[in-house]
Amino acid sequence: MLKAMLGEAWLAMGANRLRTALTMLGMVIGVGAVVIMMAIGQGAQYAVQQTISTMGSNLYIVLSGSFTTSGVRSGSAGGPTLNVADADAISELDGVTNVAPTHQGTRQLVYGSQNWSSTVVGTTPSYLEARAWSIVNGAGFGDSDVRSSTRVAIIGKTVAENLFGADDPVGKTMRIQQNPFIVIGVLGSKGQNLDGRDQDDTVIIPLTTAQRKVFGTPFLGSVRMIMVQAESADAMAKVESGMTALLRQRHRLREGMPDDFFMRNLSAAAESEAATTRTMSILLGAIASISLLVGGIGIMNIMLVSVTERTREIGIRMAIGARQKDILSQFLLEAVMISFAGCLLGLVLGLGIALGINAFTGMVIVISGSAALVAFAVAATVGIFFGWYPARKAARLDPIEALRYQ
Amino acid sequence: MTDAVIRVVGLGKSYETAAGLFPALKGVDLAIQPGEYLAIMGPSGSGKSTFMNLLGCLDTPTVGDYFLAGENVAHMDKDALAILRNRTLGFVFQGFNLLPRMSLQDNVALPLVYAGFDKETRRAKARELLGKVGLSQYADSLPNRISGGQQQRVAIARALVNEPRLILADEPTGNLDSHTSEEIMKLFDELNREGITIVLVTHEQDIAEHAKRQVKFLDGQVVSDHLTERQGLPC
Ligand SMILES: Nc1ncnc2c1ncn2[C@@H]1O[C@H](COP(=O)(O)OP(=O)(O)OP(=O)(O)O)[C@@H](O)[C@H]1O
Ligand SMILES: [Mg+2]
Repeated sequence: MLKAMLGEAWLAMGANRLRTALTMLGMVIGVGAVVIMMAIGQGAQYAVQQTISTMGSNLYIVLSGSFTTSGVRSGSAGGPTLNVADADAISELDGVTNVAPTHQGTRQLVYGSQNWSSTVVGTTPSYLEARAWSIVNGAGFGDSDVRSSTRVAIIGKTVAENLFGADDPVGKTMRIQQNPFIVIGVLGSKGQNLDGRDQDDTVIIPLTTAQRKVFGTPFLGSVRMIMVQAESADAMAKVESGMTALLRQRHRLREGMPDDFFMRNLSAAAESEAATTRTMSILLGAIASISLLVGGIGIMNIMLVSVTERTREIGIRMAIGARQKDILSQFLLEAVMISFAGCLLGLVLGLGIALGINAFTGMVIVISGSAALVAFAVAATVGIFFGWYPARKAARLDPIEALRYQ
Repeated sequence: MTDAVIRVVGLGKSYETAAGLFPALKGVDLAIQPGEYLAIMGPSGSGKSTFMNLLGCLDTPTVGDYFLAGENVAHMDKDALAILRNRTLGFVFQGFNLLPRMSLQDNVALPLVYAGFDKETRRAKARELLGKVGLSQYADSLPNRISGGQQQRVAIARALVNEPRLILADEPTGNLDSHTSEEIMKLFDELNREGITIVLVTHEQDIAEHAKRQVKFLDGQVVSDHLTERQGLPC
């Protein structure tokens, strides 16, 4: 019975191929759009998650600065307001696990005849811990290196590739601002950060060395930035208020005076970024679903036309013994078949385009089996939902009226 | 009386029209015994088709009772009527009413689909019936490839495929020329000889002569009911 009905549905679909194809196209585009948008949305979410996981958790950045009426700006005029002693004091606070005073800037690197411009970060060993950054080749530097301002450097993967090519950088000497530095380690890869910058394009050297040899700070011991890691997400609020109170006290800021530093919660920023991509992903899916809805309405429209056109056929079928449910399932089956075929094509098309986008733009896409499953379930639902009304209309026809229809 | 294939009692049908209820059938009483061959005649608008549609379970009466094979079907629901149309009787239309996109074989087999037969049985039965009406060679053709007379034969084969004991035909030769009509009537004669009850509507006297009993309608009522000469003819 089902086989016979499938055959008949196939016949009916074949009877007006162009119309069937156009109706299907609505579903193809709808499902295709859903698949593409889900792939892109999930890809974006995945990328952000990936980036967040490379950033290090529960991080604060405290920046030196002074207040003007227009807001925070870098306190370069009067020199940085933070110093290493501030960092040491912060590390004594409850709930703080890592503190890394940091000074960074872009500098030219030279190795042999190779040149490469990169971000040079002067900091303490805590920096790598706070960012959960491992060394894959060689070793890091210790607190003694910071105390004695040794000229050692740990380099990121991008720097290693561009400056040293196939050579093993460990043990080699490169120059930063004419000063020779021995490369002692190569960092593991972290990829892009949330702003899209390559985190592997970096050189990490002891803070004191950076201040003396690379950035030439006139106020020794002062730093532009302190990276602070709290022990847990729950501890962050406590750490933030603790740091503010501590720094205000250390900087002798009286009640009513503005902060001469600026605090940024990196984890919260990352969280909001993740929330933004989640929202975007849902929005994309929702927009795509609208085209699926339009495709469904297209099916309903055509099925209604088809029922009207085939009124006489319905009458004949009823006259020779078709029950209401026979007619109902016949038209429902047709709608579902169109919907399914459209869905299948849309799935293929959507996957193709999503893979194409990935190949040509490098955009991260995630294709999940569940997305395909959802698309199929939706197609079946759309077929049944939008096919139901026309099919019921057909089934409820009066045999005599239907037979009289010209 | 309970043996009657068809027994109608006070059967009436009124149509709702713009001008109010229009009584197309006004209390018809009639009984048809198994194996009868009955022609219904009467002027246009006298209610013949209305009556046939009721007999064919295509429509339901406004008043009265209709016993089909002893069972009152006057108040049955749509699906029960569909099953009766499918198994208990075969209906032949003036306009053939074949499905245009289906092969003749599939057309003949269609009632078997709704009766739930498997594909092999359907194929075999349809072939057999097409053979019976002499159109085996067109089994795979579409209806528009054959003549009107041939289409009507296919329609008769379709009406017979579920082996009903009753065939109803509303002006089966209305669209055919006299020669072709004669051939169709010979087919009905043969079916009746096999014991199948036949009720047909016609405007033409010579067609009606094939039947053994003639019933005349006028203004929704039976005005005459008599046996023809054929009644006495040996089967
Ligand atoms: N659906 C309907 N709605 C309203 N009136 C109808 C309907 N069907 C039939 N009638 C009317 O009922 C009367 C009987 O119609 P019916 O079709 O039964 O006549 P008939 O004897 O078959 O005529 P003909 O020989 O022309 O086929 C006619 O007056 C017709 O106009
Ligand atoms: Mg009529």
